Amino acid sequence: MTTPPPIIEIVGLTKSYADHEVLKGVDLTVRQGAIHALLGSNGAGKTTVVRTLSTLLKADSGTAVVHGHDVATAPHRVRESISLTGQFAAVDEVLTGRENLVLVAELRRLREPGVVADELLARFDLTEAGGRRAGTYSGGMRRRLDIAMSLIGNPPVLFLDEPTTGLDPQSRLEVWATIRELAGRGTTVLLTTQYLDEAEQLADRIAILHEGRIIADGTLAELKQLFPPAEVEYVEKQPSLEEIFLAIVGHDHDHHDTHAPAAPSNPAKDAR
Amino acid sequence: MTTDLVHDTTVLLKRSLRHILRSPDTIITTAVTPIAMLLLFVYVFGGAIDVGGANYVTYLLPGILLITVASGIAYTAFRLFTDVSGGIFERFQSMPITRSALLWSHVLTSVVANLTSLVLVVLVALVMGFRSGAGVLAWLAVLGIMVLFTLALTWLAVIPGLTAKSVDGVSGFSYPLIFLPFVSSAFVPTAGMPGPVRWFAEHQPVTSIVNTIRALYAEQPLGNDGWLALAWCVALLLVAYALAMRTYRTKVA
Repeated sequence: MTTPPPIIEIVGLTKSYADHEVLKGVDLTVRQGAIHALLGSNGAGKTTVVRTLSTLLKADSGTAVVHGHDVATAPHRVRESISLTGQFAAVDEVLTGRENLVLVAELRRLREPGVVADELLARFDLTEAGGRRAGTYSGGMRRRLDIAMSLIGNPPVLFLDEPTTGLDPQSRLEVWATIRELAGRGTTVLLTTQYLDEAEQLADRIAILHEGRIIADGTLAELKQLFPPAEVEYVEKQPSLEEIFLAIVGHDHDHHDTHAPAAPSNPAKDAR
Repeated sequence: MTTDLVHDTTVLLKRSLRHILRSPDTIITTAVTPIAMLLLFVYVFGGAIDVGGANYVTYLLPGILLITVASGIAYTAFRLFTDVSGGIFERFQSMPITRSALLWSHVLTSVVANLTSLVLVVLVALVMGFRSGAGVLAWLAVLGIMVLFTLALTWLAVIPGLTAKSVDGVSGFSYPLIFLPFVSSAFVPTAGMPGPVRWFAEHQPVTSIVNTIRALYAEQPLGNDGWLALAWCVALLLVAYALAMRTYRTKVA
């Protein structure tokens, strides 16, 4: 099996806001057709990377090439090759779901915007809701509409910036299914997430962005090899991605049992 | 490039006009305050204001029209702010469309919405006794002045629309504009104002614009005021446009 060619190549990308250095030299290669996850804590710079790649932000130095076009010198060409789904579902709440799709199809100058819209409504299970204002949609429906809008015109590269943040578990599964389907059709997806299980579930490759640099990049299996060998006091077991992540970023964190129920309230503490 | 701008602006204009059609209350709200002022000044204060024997509704209407525009553009700033804060602005900016098309669509929508509000105000004024024998040309001249004035204030409104951090910040900027007509010849003749106030009133744009519209309605010669009003509107428009575009370029860097 041959390795697919790179479709996104980032070299030495830096970006500062005032005194705060967000990106300190990011290098990353994303290959065609992959789901590549960019994993990092809040404030690690994930959104800055995505905004730079989608021509919304200019880097201080370094280069980024998307689909053969430099984001700094040929931004319009880059915009023809990409779609961005930001952290907040960017839909027009006053328009209906169908009108939102027709709007984007018209802006992308497709010949039959109405047909395109109806196909996408059907594909994303929104046909019934298509005539309702997007403002009345649930979080999951809005996100599906948002992603559907991003697919109009079949851009080869899709940026999904924290696509499941703020969604309930059911909607999250729906979005995951959508992303898997996309990758099946050959779209390259760069996905940012702070959810470790999301990266583990979806991504072919995972890059870890920490303090402005990519500190690890590989398949889940490769990342597992980076995990320090089990120490004597532990019973040897397969590390979860969360443990790998915390080990690599050198987080000062106790190895607690991740399957324990999330922090039940401590009555002793409340009682003072 | 130009045809791209026209195509993209048209598509986005259709979108913002739909917003207006679905919330016609914004047009009515825009017209309510000026109409209330019209009623208040004509039926409450009007009897005590001496405008040299002229019909006070007719005297007051030009200033009220300017106030209508000043309050109407707050909605333009608000709609732009909603796009920016909701993320759809970034969606459009990351698409292969002419980048200024979104601004132009909001600006043109503002002109349409404000003209609709102006028609409402004029209709109420007609009911209250506003009369003019002005011909088609004079009315077209009034329309032209109002469109220029609306464009100038709208480009000004683009700035808070792009930069505001909260909804309150968006609408706050229009209050000074609404009050500017009070210190002009819009409500009372400037002759009775004390020195410095009178100087300000006679040298600020509202006075020349109001005097021009008044003269057009009354079929009087425009004199210097006509050119002065035109110069003010064009100058304001150019400055506001330049500032708005600069703000925009910083924003989308």
